Order: sequence, then C-alpha cells, then structure tokens
Amino acid sequence: MSFFAITRATLTKDIRLEWRSKDAINAMLFFSLLVVVIFSFAFDPTAEESRRIAGGLVWVAFLFAAIVALNQTWARELRNQVLDAYRVSPAPATPLFIAKAVGNFMFVAVLEALMTPLFVAFYKLRALGPAWQLLPIAVLGTWALVVNGTFFAAMSLRTRAREIMLPLLLFPLSIPALLGMVNATTAVLTGESSPTFWIALLVAYDVVFTTACLLMFDAVLEAE
Amino acid sequence: MSETQSTPVVAADGLIKQFGRFAALRGVTGEFAAGKLYVILGDNGAGKTTLLRTIAGLAHATRGKISVLGSTDIGASRAQIGYMAHPSLLYDEMSGMENLRYFSELYGIPPADVDKRCREAIHAVKLDPDLDRPVGQYSQGMRQRMSLARALLNDPKLLLLDEPFSNVDARSAAEMAVLVAQARDRGKTVFVVTHQPAQLEAYADEFIWMELGRIVDRTATLQGSRA
Repeated sequence: MSFFAITRATLTKDIRLEWRSKDAINAMLFFSLLVVVIFSFAFDPTAEESRRIAGGLVWVAFLFAAIVALNQTWARELRNQVLDAYRVSPAPATPLFIAKAVGNFMFVAVLEALMTPLFVAFYKLRALGPAWQLLPIAVLGTWALVVNGTFFAAMSLRTRAREIMLPLLLFPLSIPALLGMVNATTAVLTGESSPTFWIALLVAYDVVFTTACLLMFDAVLEAE
Repeated sequence: MSETQSTPVVAADGLIKQFGRFAALRGVTGEFAAGKLYVILGDNGAGKTTLLRTIAGLAHATRGKISVLGSTDIGASRAQIGYMAHPSLLYDEMSGMENLRYFSELYGIPPADVDKRCREAIHAVKLDPDLDRPVGQYSQGMRQRMSLARALLNDPKLLLLDEPFSNVDARSAAEMAVLVAQARDRGKTVFVVTHQPAQLEAYADEFIWMELGRIVDRTATLQGSRA
C-alpha cells in the first residue's frame, strides 16, 4: 500500500467532489466578495491608507472565507459516515490529513487568485516594495491557515456546534501566523520595511504546526 | 481439525463499552468460529451495533479483551475485514465505480487489478458497473447493494454487516440474503445485525441474542432462540 497513492487518490476524490458540488468555492467567493464590496463602501481610503490597511483586510477576509472550506471538507466525510470506511480500512491516517490539507490549500489558493485582482482594483493597490515577495507570503500564509484549520476541523467533527467550535479553536492559534502575514504584506505594499523577519516567522510557524498536526492526527482520527 | 480452523475468528472476553455513564456492552463473552454466518438479534439499544463496531475496530472497548482474526491489535487485521454500516459509507456525488476505485486504493489493490476487482464486486451484487449515475441517485436497494460491494471489495475473511436489509423492499432483501449466504459459502465469516432475522433463517449457522449489552442466548435456529 503506497502512502503517496492514498494521498493522491484522496486528493483527487476531494477535488472531484468539490468540482461537482462547488459547495466550498462558491461560499468562499461569495463571502470574500461581500467583504471587498462592503469595506470599499465603508471606507474611502487614499492609495497610501489602502497600502497600510490592505494586508489586514485581505488576510482577515481569506481567514474567514477559509473557515467555510475547512468545515466543508470534513462535512463531506460525515455524510453517510464515509469516514468510517476510511477508518476501517488499513490505510494510515497521515495520507488523509495531507490530502485534506493540500486540497484546502488549493481551494483557498483559487479563491486568492480570483479575489486578489478585485482587491487591487477596489483599493487601488500598488506595491512599493518588491512585489514578487507577495508570492511566498501568500503560499506560507495560506498553508498556515489551512494546516491548522484542517486539523481543528477534524477535531471538532464530532462536536455538536462544530461550525462555532472551529473558529474558537483556530483563531487564537492563528494569531502569530496572522501577524506574520499581515505585517509581511504591509511591508511589501508600503515598501517601508523588509518583510524578511515576518516571512521567517511564517516558515517557523508552518514547520512547527505541520509537524505537530501530522504527529497528532492519528489520535484525532481514531477518537470516537 | 487444524489449528487454523480451531482458532476463533472473533473471541471476546468480558467486553465492556461505555459511552460516558451509559454502558452499551456490559460483559460480552464468546468465541466465534471461521466460515459461519452469525445473525445478531436484539431490541434497540441491546448493543448489537456497538459489538459490530468494536469487532471492526471503530469503537474501542472500555474494558475486557477482543481478538479478531487471531490478533488483539485490530489495526493489523483491518485488511481482512469488510464492514457495511447502516449508512452507505459511500460518496453520494460519485458513481459506484468511482467510489470503489477510491476504496481500492485504501486497501492497496494493485492498480492493474483495480478495475477488474471493482467490476467483480459490483457484478457480485448484481449491479451494473457501467452505471454512470451518482450513488446519491440510486434507489435505497441499489445503494445497499453497492455498500455490500464496497465491503466485499478487499475479499475480506471477516464480513460485518449492520442492518443490510433495512429500508429495502422484500425482493431486494431476499436477494441480499442470498448474497450474504454466498459470501459465507466462499469461506468468509459473516456477522449480520438485523431486525429481520427471517430473511436469513434458511442460511444462518447461529443466532446470537443480545439484551442490555450482553449475549443472552446462542441457538442454531430462529425458533430455538428467545424469539
């Protein structure tokens, strides 16, 4: 039994299910679109002010939108108790976690790719620092959101109010990552400081939490 | 009798399973031989499903011991267990073949054999493997059969079926009962939890009656039991 084959099969299956239902991506897009439009009506910032607040605005919007995808990804496994079919099989727990995390990363990345041009247009954004640095920030920041989110969404699966439980568990733990994403993005947009420290913080955060989630996921999956 | 034949497929000793303060199993003890069809009966809340889930490794005993296929580590036996639950354990948005192809990967079936094994499993339950409809659009009877096909996919030695006849018409239930008996005839040990024991009366080797989390009777015929 190949670890890679199970990961690939589970990821392919999740993408196929999302492609057919579009539950997560539609909900995320709608939510993010609302944030962009409502905030653009609420404020009328100058280009300079936009650069200062856009980092926070963009990442908070993506964080809240990601919650939808994170809840959906495990809700699918609860319908018809399909998760039990995985648990009763000899497949190890880790490929399931990796496939779910990578799938969520892809869904949130699609959202970011679609929403970023809108943020740029609505808030008249133009990076004064090296814009290419936004790419590693986006990758590291998105992974920070989805790796913990996938883990805690699985943990809150069997709780009654799981839609509430996920943000309650996830948001406090995401504060260091959010600080990194927002400050790094703002540093690039304003060009006033180097984002290196914040990128390093995101790398450290991702390594620590990915390792912890991989080590603990088996216990989460086997919990009754 | 060889050693393999005499070793019970499932052996439970004082099995207790508690959910908080509620004890679903209150000391289940018994040995179950290979190649037989066991029908587990009892009222709602008797502990039938919990016993099946404990054998499958989906529920962990609070106290007591259980050995499945000669091992107390159920994780090691999982490749040899087929499990069909009351819900279908299938993805509604995917076709039967797509579902089975995915589960084949979980059982490590070689890629070259996947299509053949999936088709065989679907044929065995008398469904069409080329049916392109998502499982969510199947009738309840078809869904139950596809669920049985999923449980048979890994050619298990031990087959655990929870309410396979529920919500299906009489004809489908009778056909399912034949499929279950055929699985036993192919050498599999089969446990069936059901509220419709008459469906399996002609095929069962033993009826196991449960009450309040305990096995209270084991008989060869339905008439000879507490029914």
